[in-house]
Parts: sequence; C-alpha cells; structure tokens
Amino acid sequence: MLSAIRLFPTDNVMVLTRSLEAGETIELGDIRRTLQNPIGLGHKIAACAISTGEKILKYGAPIGSATAPIEPGEHIHLHNMKSDYLPTFTLDEGREFHHTA
Amino acid sequence: MNGSILTSNAYLRSDGRKGIRNIVSVVYLVECAHHVAREIQLPFREQGVHLLGFSGCYPNEYSFRMMRSLCTHPNVGAVLLVSLGCEGFNRRGLLEAIRETGREAELLVIQNEGGTRSTIQAGREQLAHMLQALEQTPRSAMTIDELIVGTVCGGSDGTSGITANPAIGRAFDQLVSENACCIFEETGELIGCEHIMVSRAATPELGDILNASVAKAARYYATLGHGSFAPGNADGGLTTQEEKSMGAYSKSGSSPISGLIKPGDVPRTGGLYLLDVVPDGEVRFGFPNINDNAEIAELIACGSHVILFATGRGSVVGSAISPVIKVCANPETFRNLPEDMDVNAGRILEGRAGLDEVGDEIHSLITRVANGQPTASESLGHQEFVLGYKSFEPIGPTCHPTYQ
Repeated sequence: MLSAIRLFPTDNVMVLTRSLEAGETIELGDIRRTLQNPIGLGHKIAACAISTGEKILKYGAPIGSATAPIEPGEHIHLHNMKSDYLPTFTLDEGREFHHTA
Repeated sequence: MNGSILTSNAYLRSDGRKGIRNIVSVVYLVECAHHVAREIQLPFREQGVHLLGFSGCYPNEYSFRMMRSLCTHPNVGAVLLVSLGCEGFNRRGLLEAIRETGREAELLVIQNEGGTRSTIQAGREQLAHMLQALEQTPRSAMTIDELIVGTVCGGSDGTSGITANPAIGRAFDQLVSENACCIFEETGELIGCEHIMVSRAATPELGDILNASVAKAARYYATLGHGSFAPGNADGGLTTQEEKSMGAYSKSGSSPISGLIKPGDVPRTGGLYLLDVVPDGEVRFGFPNINDNAEIAELIACGSHVILFATGRGSVVGSAISPVIKVCANPETFRNLPEDMDVNAGRILEGRAGLDEVGDEIHSLITRVANGQPTASESLGHQEFVLGYKSFEPIGPTCHPTYQ
C-alpha cells in the first residue's frame, strides 16, 4: 500500500504518511517509480504528470507553481516548484539560499 | 456566566475577570533592569513567579498597551515592576493601571534603591509578601463561555496541516459552539488563503477587513523580502509560504469568523476571532514577530487563558502567564521529544486516531489544565517571553460586528 494521502480530490500532489528510503518503490496506477533518494514524512510527491508553470494543488488550493516538468511519483519540493507570493529561505549544509518567488 | 462549568476553582479578580492560574509577574521595564529582575525571581521560580519584560529604552504605545494587558491578565494575581530609572517606559502609568484593577502592584527603581544588591533584596521581600497575600485570592466557578483560547503553530512541517492544525480546528469548533472565545493569528501565515477565509466572515464588511489584513501582511513581508518561513519548514516538506498558510489556516476550524482584533484587544463575546499581528502603516521596527513567543504574548494580551500550540518539527517552548498545550503533528517528532508534548496528533497519520478524537482529547485537556493540571512545558519550567516594538491603528466597530 502506498504510504501517501491525497488531501483533496482535485489535488495533483500526495503527502507521505511515513518516511521512504532510497530504493523503495512508489506505485501509482500502472506507474512504478524507484526512489533514488529518501523522502521524509510530510513531503509531497506528484499524483500525476505536471508541466512547467502548472499550479501545484494541495488542500484543493494552489500552493505555488511547477518550475520544471514533474513525473508521477516524483518528489515535489524547492527544486521543481516555487511560491506565487514570496521567496522561500532555506539553510543547506551551512549555505544560505533564497529561492525565488 | 451562562454555560457548562469549566472549573469551580477559578481565581476571581476584583475587576470581575477570572483566571486559571494565580501567578506573580516580575517585570523589567528595560534590558538594563533584566538581571536584577531575574535575580529577584530566581528563588521563587517554582512558586508561580514569572519573569517578563521589555528590552527597549524608547517608549512605544504598542509595548505599553501590551504590558498593561499582560499585567492585568486574569491569570496574574500581583505584579512587581523593576525599572532602572532613566528608561522611557511609563512606569508610573503602568503601576497605576495595574492598581486600578485592584491588584497588588509595586515598583522598584534600581537607581533609587541603592543599586543591584539592595534592589534584589527589596524585591525578594516584596515577592514573599505578595505570594502570601495571593493565598487569600477568592475562588469562583468559571463557565466555558468565560474562557479565551488562543492558537499558534510553530516549527511547522508537512504533517502540521494534516493532523495537529485541523485537530485544533475541531476543538475550536466545539469551543465556539459552547460560546467560548477562540483566537487564531499570524496574518502573514494566511497569505494565499485569504479568499477562502473571507467567505467565513460574519458580515461582508468584516470580510473586506480580513482581506485587507492579509494584503497588508503580504506587502509587509514582501518589503522585508522574507516571509514567515524558516529553514526547518522546508526540511519538513513545506515548500512555499502559501502551502504553510493553508496548513496554518486549518487551526481556525470551520466556524464563522466573528471579528478581527489587534494585540491587547480582548473580545467581548464568544466566537472565533482573527488576531492581526502585522503593524499598520509603513514598514518599521523590522519583522512583525521575531519568533513564536512574540505571537504567544500577543494572544495572551488578548486575554487567552490557555494557548494551543501545534508543532511538527518539535518546538519545546511554553510561556509566561498562560499555560501552553503542545499538540504534536508528527509521529516521529512525538517519539523523539515525548516529554515536551501534550497531545500526539501524529497518530492520525498512522491510522490510530481520527481528527474528531484528537479534537475531543484537546478539548478535555483544556478542562484539566483549567483545573490546575500542569502542561508539559509548565512542568519543565518553560516561561518564555518576548515583546518588541510595533505600531497599530485602533480597530473600528466593523471589526467586531457581533458586539453591539
């Protein structure tokens, strides 16, 4: 069983209900995707294919836009989506990043 | 007073308000008096004496109003003010405002008391006397419609908006149906969901005000170039401000929104209120709230007897004045920091509970805490407090349409 939930019927993302390890397989219908990297509990994966510029929908509401084509089951985060309002600030191994909005 | 009994042992204040704790506040009025105030409080820390204060030397209307609201909060029985002597805070005005409510309040000015050592000695003597006097505080029944509950989220992650926040929303719905007063906040964490929220406003005019408050927050944060978003939010799976907002918004539950208040405004009737925490006017003084405790202090200044704090990454804070109930969203975090958490909402993700069940658990825990049960952060001695500079315009009658 896939350890992810779709919060609203129209959402194009799902939320992981447990942390997944590298090498685990995500199954979405006919699609099987083996993870190259671990993904943490609470993170998002694509519920379907999403094209660049398309709105990311969670809770039935837009939470930003895709910045790259996203395949079903792929991890969705700062590398392939952005805010429609404000930049997101992160710290990665001591380096500071301002992701553009 | 009209409703089911919350506790038969509330502390009745002479201004008629009722508290669920009976603390003494030691308040430094500038950073230069902080050490002396802390030394005064230290031997009494386990006896319900809390330390709070204001660091700045320059006077500010908001800070004064906040401090007056906090020092006359129904959980506070007596107040000891500690001033250096040359700072800008209106210490006489604050002292009189506290005494007008019938509370015992004293002022020590370090420059008039002969310095550090003698002020500490005098303060400790005052505290011993105040604590003894507080044993005589009259007790009274308190009904649930006299209760004010605030909610905040901090250290949010991808689980917060699925478990802890909507479970708090269920508890809020139940409390509002019992005519308690519930306050949610941080307009900067509602950016992106203003259109959904406006449809819940009690009147169309209030809807416009709610919308404008979020637009103000968006402008404010855009000018600062940084939203209400920390690196840990992204580590926990949240990618954007609006995603965090949607999760934060679910703390408000589904009741109609009765009004918009600003820090220090105490709602006059039961219902659900949005606390606008972003200053009015041009951007001044920096970030609206520099951390979660600045928001908690504002919720308490609006009369909150108890705070519901949703956390995913695992905040450990409590607060001065009002107990903080920590609702943990993430089951991994709950296992990692069990002693710091009050409610494990993360078990919803593991299929071991539903939102309604956790909402009921939060509701019944509020009752036990109102009857004296310490929360996790109280037991661990947490008494964080932060107050900074801000400026606000007063609210108008359209902000509070349910109160005539």
